[in-house]
Amino acid sequence: MKDDVIIPGPEKRLKPHRLLKFLRQEILPTTFCPGCGCGTVLNGFAQAVDELGIDPKDMVFVTGIGCSSWIPSPYFKGDTLHTTHGRPIAFATGVKIMRPDLKVVVIAGDGDIAGIGGNHLIHAARRNIDMTVLMVNNWNYGMTGGQVSPTTPFGVPTTTTPYDNVEHPLEAAELVAAAGANYVSRWTTYHVFPLMESIQKALQVDGFSFIEILSQCPVSYGKMVDMRKASDFLKFYRDQSVRVHKAKAMSAEELEGKIVVGKLMERERTEFTASLRRINERFRKG
Amino acid sequence: MHLQDTKVQRMIEINEELCKGCDICIDFCPLEVLAISASINRRGYYPPEVVNEEKCIGCRLCELVCPEFAITICNE
Ligand SMILES: Cc1ncc(C[n+]2csc(CCOP(=O)(O)OP(=O)(O)O)c2C)c(N)n1
Ligand code: SF4
Ligand code: SF4
Ligand code: SF4
Ligand SMILES: [Mg+2]
Repeated sequence: MKDDVIIPGPEKRLKPHRLLKFLRQEILPTTFCPGCGCGTVLNGFAQAVDELGIDPKDMVFVTGIGCSSWIPSPYFKGDTLHTTHGRPIAFATGVKIMRPDLKVVVIAGDGDIAGIGGNHLIHAARRNIDMTVLMVNNWNYGMTGGQVSPTTPFGVPTTTTPYDNVEHPLEAAELVAAAGANYVSRWTTYHVFPLMESIQKALQVDGFSFIEILSQCPVSYGKMVDMRKASDFLKFYRDQSVRVHKAKAMSAEELEGKIVVGKLMERERTEFTASLRRINERFRKG
Repeated sequence: MHLQDTKVQRMIEINEELCKGCDICIDFCPLEVLAISASINRRGYYPPEVVNEEKCIGCRLCELVCPEFAITICNE
């Protein structure tokens, strides 16, 4: 991989950012709005890949439609399937079955993964197929202008719920844990170090691993709730988050409005493609 | 990797042309090492500038939180 920076920078440049080698530098800066959490997720992901020493050639990225889907495609320099809205997990299932030697990574938004693609999510978790899914939850359909999504908090105005959202949000991480995934966690773009460590863990787990990353959309979402700066969201995440072990000792009333962060599930259920291979072996011998 | 030896010579490198002036690094640096600079970049954003380099503990929070890979800590 080339290390040299093509982006014009200050003359006195000492050393290029060591993670730029993972990116398609010729198209930087990103098209994300200023302060968008998508870039922070990309940063944490690249850092995790760097620390694990994984060669991106051993990975396949599968993504859908939305701003969050742009995290791997086009920015991360790896082989990518940029699929239709809601379907990355379905495509990723096919990739993993045919190429179990590759690490399959899905990165997409809340609307994509939990909304239109919700059923794929549940059943991939139930099958416990080996892939890493990062769901970037920015609480709305950011790309299309801030429509309500299944994760939008109750009582919040969006462009399609101008008189406030009357639906209760889906707890995606808890749903995936209940459905059967081997590893589930929730972090935010404020918790950059534990998030990066959790991405490392998720990449190493054999089986379905899922991280719900609470992110920020200061533009499409922020305009409706007067949170126009990225830092408004990060401060909210800092002040409202509760670690899993503390949350266990809290009542439902105390947890109202809080964001539970940390590892929600870790177990060792049999992985789907391994079971498929065993059956194949059986008939080959027989 | 988080807390580095404070005696290590450090340089905070800001790639002003990648920066979109979101101020996250400025708002969350635990030691107020960074501030909004007075000059704008080619795209019209105000990148951060280093105002208290000697206070930097090299925690790399600014580096990891930046959505644009515009800031990095060099330890050598
Ligand atoms: C089948 C289909 N329906 C609707 C759309 C329009 N559309 C594009 S992006 C999007 C929502 C994206 O939301 P999310 O996945 O949360 O991503 P974000 O932009 O918030 O990161 C929608 C509804 C589409 N492209 N395809
Ligand atoms: S619309 Fe929202 S999610 Fe999309 S790039 Fe802008 S801030 Fe990010
Ligand atoms: S490394 Fe830490 S202390 Fe130094 S500028 Fe960045 S956030 Fe501040
Ligand atoms: S976090 Fe990055 S993009 Fe935002 S102001 Fe700092 S250097 Fe610029
Ligand atoms: Mg979204």
